[in-house]
Amino acid sequence: MSPQLSILETEREIIEEFALFDSWDDKYEYIIDMGKTLPALEPIFKTDENRVRGCQSSVWLIADYQEGKLIYKADSDAMIVKGLISMLIRVLSGRTADEILGAKLDFIREIGMTTHLAQTRSNGLLSMIKQMKHYAIAYKIKDPVPSKN
Amino acid sequence: MNVSLTIPKQLDITAIRQEFPVLNRKVKGKPLIYLDNAATSQKPQRVIDAINYYYSNHNANIHRGIHTLAEEATAAFEETRDAVKSFIGAGSREEIIFTKGTTEGINLVAYSWGRKNIQAGDEIIISYMEHHSNIVPWQLLCEEKKAVLKVIPISDKGELLMEEYKNMLGPKTKLVSIVHVSNALGTVNPVKQMISDAHAVGALVMVDGAQSAVHLDIDVLDLDCDFFAFSAHKLYGPTGVGVLYGKKELLESMPPFQGGGEMIKEVSFEKTIFNDLPYKFEAGTPNIADVIAFKYALQFIHSTGRERIRLHEQDLLEYAHVELEKIPGLQIIGKAREKVSVVSFIISNAHPQDIGILLDNQGIALRTGHHCAQPLMDRFCIPGTARASFAVYNTKFEIDELVKGLYKVVKILS
Repeated sequence: MSPQLSILETEREIIEEFALFDSWDDKYEYIIDMGKTLPALEPIFKTDENRVRGCQSSVWLIADYQEGKLIYKADSDAMIVKGLISMLIRVLSGRTADEILGAKLDFIREIGMTTHLAQTRSNGLLSMIKQMKHYAIAYKIKDPVPSKN
Repeated sequence: MNVSLTIPKQLDITAIRQEFPVLNRKVKGKPLIYLDNAATSQKPQRVIDAINYYYSNHNANIHRGIHTLAEEATAAFEETRDAVKSFIGAGSREEIIFTKGTTEGINLVAYSWGRKNIQAGDEIIISYMEHHSNIVPWQLLCEEKKAVLKVIPISDKGELLMEEYKNMLGPKTKLVSIVHVSNALGTVNPVKQMISDAHAVGALVMVDGAQSAVHLDIDVLDLDCDFFAFSAHKLYGPTGVGVLYGKKELLESMPPFQGGGEMIKEVSFEKTIFNDLPYKFEAGTPNIADVIAFKYALQFIHSTGRERIRLHEQDLLEYAHVELEKIPGLQIIGKAREKVSVVSFIISNAHPQDIGILLDNQGIALRTGHHCAQPLMDRFCIPGTARASFAVYNTKFEIDELVKGLYKVVKILS
């Protein structure tokens, strides 16, 4: 297995993939395709507690902690949101809490998805990022010096 | 004699569209198709110009200044009150209270009339198709006063169950607060009948006219409603302006909603004498520029012709129903016999949010979500709908584009 790309390298990879598309429809079709590759979350995790607030669609997000790294899993009943979160997972899952908290995620702007960062009730990307970072803070407090046990 | 002179002329939609500058813009490289008029309508040039003209020529605080600008601003502000009075057929100008919007109008009644008149055990009736702004103020009031909130159920078509309503009315009913036209379904409710039924048991009726004022001819005296609230921005007017109509004797009996300037006659630390209607309910400096500009929106509706607008919108509604239902898997939510030009729909295996985002890519603006009517969505067991709502400047070509756009959406999501 090739070594895992860094957050920035993964972001750059996504930016390059999006550079291939010039129409909005194509970009969104690609996002939807990425969503389809995200494994469905088991129904037991689709609880109110795991729901990300602030999205027009339902988004469920959970995080595991393995060997000092956060592993995210998520699902949504809307396809574009599912695609967006699968992109976030590709960038942030399998990282340490510090890496996640330091991520600026500029790629979202670069690929033209800033509208999804807008502070409106219908766009939940910002809420998803916030929730992912909250998990990172929580595990950082629980495990201040990550041990690779 | 030319007979055709007596028949209402068809609207020249091309000319009308030219009055709305925003319709010339592009979204994501495509010409804008604006189908979110139930949320807010676009503004004609004369309304935009009026705001600009006011700030460039008259800007002053109204009612108290004795200088020329204050007099001019006051006169223009009060002209809108007269225009609103005739627009809704009110008996007197004192019955027209300017608010921020429908929501504030309803809250004013709940706070002022409600807190004075509602007691423990009293009943307030609303319906399943209310906007949150005609639910929450009454919930708060009922909680505070230990009163009971009753909800009129609706049919699968999206019509009120009138028999159930009649059975709910009784000696404990103090108020019925009902939406005239549903924002999510487009249903026109038989408010005139409901008002007379409510009055028969001694209850008052508040009508939420947020969606009806732009589509229907409103005559508050004919309806005999006790309160009627609506917003300017859904009637081609500016945001931040609303109207609360109330019967004069009721408004006079009600305590003020907010305290401050404008609403007083005399103030000492011992006692304040409140101003007369309508100023008693207009504390603080109002939204002068936008109220003044609102008159030009009413003028636009008047000069275009209410009946001609209505016929055009009904034509669009029927066309949209027929064309949208041709799309496999599409289901229209809300098929009342009497509807305004609002079409809510769902498509199987397509989340409304996805529909909204993908249509936006094609320059088509419509609304998706629960439309601030969550109990109604629960009633239909759906998370939300996509909603297209048409105004005077919309065309059948735009509906065709919407249908084409939806075919594309279905393809992308499959």
